[in-house]
Amino acid sequence: MASYDSTYQPGARSAGISGRERLGEWIDRHSGTFFIAPAVTMILIFAIFPTVYSIFFALSRVRFMPEGLKFRYVGFRNFAKQFFGSAEVHFLGRTDPVSIFGMVLFAIIVAAVLWWLFRSLRITTWVGMLGRSISAAMAIFLAWILCASLLSGNAIGTLYTTLFYVFVGCAIQFVIGTGLAFLCSQPISGKNFFRVVFFVPLMITPLGVGYAMKMVADVTKGPFEPFLKLVGLQDWVWSADAWSARFIMVVCDSWQWIPFIFICMLAALENIPRDHVEAAQVDGASSVQIFREITWPQILPVAVTVLLIRMIEAFKIVDLPNIMTGGGPGSATESMTLNALYIWRANDLGSSAAIAYLLLILTVVVCASFFNYVVLGQIRKTRA
Amino acid sequence: MSDATYRFNKANRTLMQRLFEAPAVGKMSPASKVVAYTLLIVWSAFVIFPIYWVVITSFKDAAAVNQGPYYIPWVDFTPTLDAWRTMFTEDPHCNFTAIARQFWLLIYNSLVWIISPVVSFAPMEPQICKIYLAFTNSVVISTFSTALCVLVGSMAAYALARIQYAPRFGNIMIFVLLLVLVILATTYLGAPWWASATVALALFYFLARALRRHFRLSLGNGDILFWIISQRILPPIVVVIPLYVMFQAVGMLDTHLALILLYAVANMPIVVWLMHDFFANLPVELEESAQLDGATRPRIFWEIVLPLTRPGLAATTLLILVLSWNEYLFAVFLATVKVQTMPIMVAAKNAGEKGVFWWEMCAVIVLMIIPVIVMAILLTRFISRGVLLGAVKG
Repeated sequence: MASYDSTYQPGARSAGISGRERLGEWIDRHSGTFFIAPAVTMILIFAIFPTVYSIFFALSRVRFMPEGLKFRYVGFRNFAKQFFGSAEVHFLGRTDPVSIFGMVLFAIIVAAVLWWLFRSLRITTWVGMLGRSISAAMAIFLAWILCASLLSGNAIGTLYTTLFYVFVGCAIQFVIGTGLAFLCSQPISGKNFFRVVFFVPLMITPLGVGYAMKMVADVTKGPFEPFLKLVGLQDWVWSADAWSARFIMVVCDSWQWIPFIFICMLAALENIPRDHVEAAQVDGASSVQIFREITWPQILPVAVTVLLIRMIEAFKIVDLPNIMTGGGPGSATESMTLNALYIWRANDLGSSAAIAYLLLILTVVVCASFFNYVVLGQIRKTRA
Repeated sequence: MSDATYRFNKANRTLMQRLFEAPAVGKMSPASKVVAYTLLIVWSAFVIFPIYWVVITSFKDAAAVNQGPYYIPWVDFTPTLDAWRTMFTEDPHCNFTAIARQFWLLIYNSLVWIISPVVSFAPMEPQICKIYLAFTNSVVISTFSTALCVLVGSMAAYALARIQYAPRFGNIMIFVLLLVLVILATTYLGAPWWASATVALALFYFLARALRRHFRLSLGNGDILFWIISQRILPPIVVVIPLYVMFQAVGMLDTHLALILLYAVANMPIVVWLMHDFFANLPVELEESAQLDGATRPRIFWEIVLPLTRPGLAATTLLILVLSWNEYLFAVFLATVKVQTMPIMVAAKNAGEKGVFWWEMCAVIVLMIIPVIVMAILLTRFISRGVLLGAVKG
């Protein structure tokens, strides 16, 4: 072979090597850079750069001028507005009279969080402690808003509407998705049919889902109108009441996203060795016992990862409330992304960027906490 | 238990036992079968009904939609093709020559963007057959962005699975600092973006070389992988405002290329995260022996590694294709006239104060669903083999 020639010297450019071969060698030597550079460059330009750029929007008052955008530095005024200023009720909800029940519950939650922080003092390093402090601060803040608004009987803002979509939506989707996957992993015929059918909603554009659901949920011309009349609910309008509107949002969001949980959990369930379950059946274990002792521990690591992915995507919800209710009644169904979108349309780019940033911080802290304390814990438990 | 006793016991079960006990290991009892099928069928109805409603609405006329719910074609309303006919004939130029010309312009422009500083774009005519334009835009954008995304993403995933990287922490800090300075200069001081970017890149190169010895702390492959995957957490609303300004500055607003690049970046984390696992699970011996035979890394990747991971690659490609086909938020911000995609056509049927043309909108939605359903059927074949499982396991 040519490359084992005794005269071969690394780095020497002999006249016999063609230009193409030299290029190939050069690429091969730098293949480490060559392979990863396109991806990293693209992410730097189209994700990191805009994210950093966005901070400057959030810290400025931005105006459209004939020659382009005009930035004027205003400090943290755009952020302060969301917490203490004109947008406080819209973002956090009404936090004014705090009930006794809210106070007591808040005290209990704070005590629990501080106790958790105190206990982890012994088991982690200072870096871990920093992360835990951030999680704890976020937990206390969210608990205060929850106790002061919802549990004191006040209206909630876009912050808790978003969290309602994320947590309630994810819980419903996870339970139903896993249940369906469990049914489909049983020995029944027609499995493939159900698999295809259950998968379809994920394939439709979220926008189309929004309009389709708006049609189906219509109370005057929609398909359920005669049934509502039959039960005597012909005057009931779901979009007029804050909680029923939010709940309909969650139902429609679930319609689209249960398939995602379903396919991932189905793959996990089918990966469990059949003989474990069958051996337990022969030994006379009931199906509840089999599920609790054999199936559940084996799918748990996949389950928490799927839940994390779903949570990350759920924070971005915008199309459904935008189309179905336009954020109404009032601002009851507005998610944070939708709020930022409306403010952008009102040409207040600074506040819009500030809300987007608050959403980013919220998402990162919640998802990172979930990843560190739940997902990693479960993965470690299975590896051990 | 002997065979005879087994058969005796089986033949003499009570009715309750027959109903509630499984006849054999690995089978279900009749009662639980009934429960399972009921639940599955109820859920199928729940899933299918909105889709069914969209499909039949696309065959209704205005009267049938507005006069209250009608459920079954030919029974309580007469289906018409009005909505579909309007979709393809609403523009006066929706004829064969116009479409052919449009198609030619599309090819011409997609070739020209490579040398766009030299040759100018031929102007597109957005009023020509909107639905055709949107459909081709969607096809072009989603195919090109998927190809780019899967290629670049799997290259990165492969590199992270096989090559050791150690980017120095100090270099990253310098980079972020320079990035902030560039943005400060362009936003508040009004410096031109290309000049500040060039200066910053040169500065980064020299600083990184000069200070190389002083940085000890470096990151590993796992950190890079986590960094790429964590990009998915970023809510699109955070980046869409600066992206609008960015594309405006370089004159790329309302172009195919802008959307192609954006969709590729937005879906990159998914590709890297799914493909990394496939590459890491490949036996490394194959690549080593190819390397001994003198194959270069790019060639190994192209001729050995990619063909071996074909099922995973196919599943990932189809997933990305569907995601970029359905994307709306970026499109509505960055594609105003020329490169309107199908989701924008759906939203366009909501004509403000005149109300929503539900029947036409449903026709567009159905047109969007058809190619995707075909993909769904293809995709489930791969999913049933548990292809996606490895990635979820983490």
